[in-house]
Amino acid sequence: MKKVLVLGATSAIAQATVRLLAARGASLYLVGRNAANLDAVTKDAATRGAAKVESKAVDLNDFATHEALVEGAFQALGGLDGVVLAHGVLGDQAESQATWTATEAVLRTNFMSAVSLLTPLANRFEAQKAGTLVVISSVAGDRGRQSNYVYGASKGALNVFLQGLRNRLAKANVAVVTVKPGFVDTPMTAHLPKNKLFASPEKVARGLLRAADSRKNEVYVPGIWALIMLIIKSIPESVFKKLKL
Amino acid sequence: MKSLESWGRYPRVEQRTQALTWRSDALPEVSGSVLPHGLGRSYGDSCLNGGGTLLLTSGLDRFIDFDPATGVVRCEAGVSLDMILRLGAPRGWFLPVTPGTKFVTVGGAIANDVHGKNHHCAGTFGRYVRRFELVRSDGSRRICSPDENPDWYGATIGGLGLTGLITWAEVQLKPISNPYVLQETVPLANLDEFLVVARESEADHQFTMAWVDCLARGKKVGRGLLYRGNFAPPQFDGLPLAKSHLSHGIGLAVPMDMPSFCLNRLTVSAFNWLYFHRQNGKPKQRLTHYDPFFYPLDAIYGWNRIYGRKGFLQFQCVVPYSTARDALKDILERSSRGGLPSFLSVLKTFGDIPSPGWLSFPRKGVTLAMDFANRGEKTYRLVEELDRVTREAGGAVYPAKDARMSPESFAAYFPRHTEFAGYVDPAFSSSFWRRMHPVSLPFSLESERASGAPQPQSVLALR
Ligand SMILES: Cc1cc2nc3c(=O)[nH]c(=O)nc-3n(C[C@H](O)[C@H](O)[C@H](O)COP(=O)(O)OP(=O)(O)OC[C@H]3O[C@@H](n4cnc5c(N)ncnc54)[C@H](O)[C@@H]3O)c2cc1C
Repeated sequence: MKKVLVLGATSAIAQATVRLLAARGASLYLVGRNAANLDAVTKDAATRGAAKVESKAVDLNDFATHEALVEGAFQALGGLDGVVLAHGVLGDQAESQATWTATEAVLRTNFMSAVSLLTPLANRFEAQKAGTLVVISSVAGDRGRQSNYVYGASKGALNVFLQGLRNRLAKANVAVVTVKPGFVDTPMTAHLPKNKLFASPEKVARGLLRAADSRKNEVYVPGIWALIMLIIKSIPESVFKKLKL
Repeated sequence: MKSLESWGRYPRVEQRTQALTWRSDALPEVSGSVLPHGLGRSYGDSCLNGGGTLLLTSGLDRFIDFDPATGVVRCEAGVSLDMILRLGAPRGWFLPVTPGTKFVTVGGAIANDVHGKNHHCAGTFGRYVRRFELVRSDGSRRICSPDENPDWYGATIGGLGLTGLITWAEVQLKPISNPYVLQETVPLANLDEFLVVARESEADHQFTMAWVDCLARGKKVGRGLLYRGNFAPPQFDGLPLAKSHLSHGIGLAVPMDMPSFCLNRLTVSAFNWLYFHRQNGKPKQRLTHYDPFFYPLDAIYGWNRIYGRKGFLQFQCVVPYSTARDALKDILERSSRGGLPSFLSVLKTFGDIPSPGWLSFPRKGVTLAMDFANRGEKTYRLVEELDRVTREAGGAVYPAKDARMSPESFAAYFPRHTEFAGYVDPAFSSSFWRRMHPVSLPFSLESERASGAPQPQSVLALR
């Protein structure tokens, strides 16, 4: 990936990825919501060696801007060969259970806005017969659990969408990489107690780029989560529904 | 509450932590006092805030810009010196002043106005800080430089994190022609020899420091090895310019707390004997990468755990030349008599280049740093005695390395402390600061007690 669009560039995992891409001398188009924070990430990337960095502050929940945003990124970098889609919200399960509005907000950001962005991006990549779409999903999308099934559902839906996209774009030589991090120590999870399973954003970013470079389909980062989720997925539903997970 | 340690792992206090992420954010609102915390490479309690909150600055680690033509780097305060070297060294720019570890933040380097092996010709880190932003708890933001808000600039350099949060800073790097240092090692028979050779070396060496065998007694007090060096000239010995800038360290890590019986008089003296005699009495020259030259200890990650769970105390003082010989002899003899081995003891000389910082520690004279395993009261008493000897010699003790100096000593060492106190942010405090001002506690004893911090025996003992 030499010319990369990063959506949600101020998220911790995206920032760590941006640093690695900048050190490789990539050209970057960074998108984030908060202008001041985005500016900080942009300047950091430029100083660390990115060939070129452009940025745009937008709220990705505003779907009407997506077509123009994608167009702008292609224009600014003279084409794109990579996308890292990293924006998302954790939401609050209790609030989501209480009101549809809270549930909808999670689904809109994590699933619908991703689909809305990936639609024009996939079409362009399919036409140019090249490129890598990397999307950060989550292990939470593998199985619904009472503690965060709304977030999980948004990621699960995203996973299925990406499977279909991968199936469609394979013949156009476009890679679709689903990255499933486990717990990551970021501001998003600052309120949670930490244990050994928490990985640093840097570690996740390295795993993400390794997967992108080798055009993997679905990867768990860190790899241990492949095993953990295999076990969790194989618990029979009759047993699972009685567990407190 | 989390127990976050300082490098010496003594004292142990409990405090909350709050991670900072964005430099444009307002300071987080918390009850009780706050203190910025970098990489915790200060040894004692100056980077701790028992019962309060530490503002963790490691998330403020972005560069803002770097000009390879002028060597001016602008970055957030949580950027480490290591990150600056990775950026600058391959492009021919080095830190103008660096402490003995590169794992310190720019904010921490400013707040302690750190010094390096080149104080005699370069002064302190603060001299190269062109500008920084200071955020106060009242929400104000100030750009501080020698011209803009010079009083806040002077109070914050060496200001122990008490004047507010530094969010970003602009630092002038210095040009180098390659990453190699031409180093010479000179054996020293005793303290007198050190005083002569160190002065001589200053004339044509940018970097000097000496390792001393702390257990040597009698005529041998101050026996050791002096290291001196300069950045090698370009293309020295046909070596390629700017070879790898990466760490040359062996990259060991201390995997766990070592049991305290590993460190005793016998092992330390054996180590010192071997170390000294490796040199076989003759000066030696060699070419070495900057990493092992400046940061020999960084190669062993987490070496502070060698001292075990109780940790250790470092003591670093500076004494003027007029009293140096007697005072240092006294200090070295007391520590060796105390039967408490100091593994690493370092002697250096400071020149008289002034720092802009009001509370800057370095001043013309000789500085000695020693580590003491924490053996409880015995160790505390020894360090307190060394503080007293230093004060009587007209010297000063380094707050960044201190856990035991007395409030009277602090006042004597830092004559501008009263003026400084007027610049301390009312919401900021540290365990060190409360120790130095036991009567005018800005935060109540009650809240520190409620926090689960160890019960202070007396107001004086409260940290
Ligand atoms: C192996 C080793 C060798 C050393 N050698 C030397 C040496 O040669 N010379 C020397 O001078 N020192 C030396 N030191 C001490 C070290 O350089 C200082 O203690 C340094 O200040 C530590 O920086 P830090 O980022 O770890 O900060 P911390 O120790 O976490 O904090 C230090 C101080 O800086 C303040 N601070 C941190 N960030 C900010 C901010 N953003 N805004 C405002 N205040 C802030 C804190 O409140 C605290 O008062 C050495 C330490 C070690 C472990």
